[in-house]
Amino acid sequence: MVASLRSHRRSRYFAAMKIAVCIKRVPDMELRFSIASDRKTLDSSGLKYEMGDFDGYALEVGLQLTEKQGPGEVVIYSLGPDGVQETLRKGLAMGAARAVQLKAEEVPFDGLAIAQALATALRDGGYDLILFGRMATDTAHGSVGPMTAELLGLPCVTAISHLEIANQRGTARRDLEGASETVEFPLPAVLTIDEGIARPRLASLKGIMAAKKKPLEVKPAQLGKVSLTVEAMELPPERPPGRIIGEGAEAVPELLRLLQSEAKVL
Amino acid sequence: MANFLAFAESRGGKLRKVAFEAVTAARQAADASGQSEVHALVIGPPGISAQAGALGKHGADVVVAVEHPKLERYNPEVFVATMAERLKGSSYRGGFFAASAQGRDLAPRVAARLGVSLASDVTGFELQGDAAVVRHPAYTGKVNVTLRLAGSPALISLRPGFVTPAEQPRAGRVEMLQPAMDPAAARVTVTELAQRSTTKLDLGEAPVIVSGGRGLRAAENFKLVEDLAAALGNAAVGATRAVTDDGWRPPTDQIGQTGRLVSPDLYIAVGISGAIQHLAGMRTAKTIVAINKDKDAPIFKVADYGIVGDLFEIVPRLTEEIRRIRGSQ
Repeated sequence: MVASLRSHRRSRYFAAMKIAVCIKRVPDMELRFSIASDRKTLDSSGLKYEMGDFDGYALEVGLQLTEKQGPGEVVIYSLGPDGVQETLRKGLAMGAARAVQLKAEEVPFDGLAIAQALATALRDGGYDLILFGRMATDTAHGSVGPMTAELLGLPCVTAISHLEIANQRGTARRDLEGASETVEFPLPAVLTIDEGIARPRLASLKGIMAAKKKPLEVKPAQLGKVSLTVEAMELPPERPPGRIIGEGAEAVPELLRLLQSEAKVL
Repeated sequence: MANFLAFAESRGGKLRKVAFEAVTAARQAADASGQSEVHALVIGPPGISAQAGALGKHGADVVVAVEHPKLERYNPEVFVATMAERLKGSSYRGGFFAASAQGRDLAPRVAARLGVSLASDVTGFELQGDAAVVRHPAYTGKVNVTLRLAGSPALISLRPGFVTPAEQPRAGRVEMLQPAMDPAAARVTVTELAQRSTTKLDLGEAPVIVSGGRGLRAAENFKLVEDLAAALGNAAVGATRAVTDDGWRPPTDQIGQTGRLVSPDLYIAVGISGAIQHLAGMRTAKTIVAINKDKDAPIFKVADYGIVGDLFEIVPRLTEEIRRIRGSQ
């Protein structure tokens, strides 16, 4: 307790926290996708983009830490074509101080190639924390965060659902299958954020206006060699159309018959 | 002949099912490449090497056991260093992990340490010469992606439940190995492991999931869902985001775009309307049953078998009938 109180005081008066949050622009998952004629990419017509779900949580965690623990700065990074600037502006509107676009015409599927670009950009930033979402909702790999940590030689905790920072140390909880772990680590560190930790705020009108004047720096992304490449993309087979087999409790025997003899799952 | 290394995940000194999935996958890869051996790496407290028999039974020629009193719980830095050093020092052709919570933490860092890419959360794989071709569901399960992974070792993490553990007995010869770094020197430490329940099945491993939504109207009514799951015997309980947001169920029960993505044999949706974010988490279930009072609810568009009506009448009846069937089996 004593140590914790002292650390709070210290962080309030001396340690301005510097936090980087890496966010990805991903397609809006609610839309219907189709595959382009090259059979390797999504048909981009009609796609809308947004900030990855988990990246929103990561940004919220970063903002709350700098608000609670006194002075600090949240810097957001996104790798990709100029379209990512819109996503970065959204992050600035939520409250990040400045943004960096690591410009690349295409975002590869290869997590290591991306992690190499991020590690290069973040290495001399002097960050206390580097935050990622648990995974990008599009590629669904969850590898860029821990790979970046490894390349930077930093402590790393993934998929955390609870976090406390005091006195340059952190305590996190991560959920496992049927269990959870409490993990302690020193700063600086890389963390990837799961859902449930903090609901991302909505940008206020004032925030949106302010975001227009905040600095957004564009630098070339120094991507690593790409060794994981897309061979093909396909839409999974459509589920057969749904079937209503009856109404009310009287339909239960028929359901059981179908589960046993047709679906063979009982 | 280059061999394959499987990371055998354990918890509390016991191997997890995904350990056998990784060993089985490595056995498939080794058999496809000719005379290759499968090595399984297991890390844990003293005595963990006693698990070698079970790993041998599933196809491990060699069980590399790393024992240390300070390795009772997961230690990311020691595990990364030890797995990476072993993969590098013995020039393996490939390494397999589970895409479990632990494997998702470990595998990317091992890959980055070795400077090779990683194919994550894979549902199928094939070795083609120097490359590996893998399948991976992406975009919340809406797109199946085939990826080519170049380089050696080919590191692959497997979506839990997609490889069926198979018994193909091999020697399982134990080789003791020292951890690649002193566990006491690790910066990151797991100070506590809290098991939520020892009896309950995990959502990712259960063949049947009974899931509840807002239609249940109150947290205490989840008892209906739990009773049905208990009657089935092999079922886990899930929930929609609306329900976990309201605190009726813990966040870890959430199935959907930002929760768990599950593919059970049978998914029973109780009082769930079927928001697109929820469908993203369960659309790959083999058979879907929906019970909902609104016949126009989107869940009925994906349900193989839908019943329209009052769940407070239908679910208890279903539970009772299942008990009767299970009792007579």
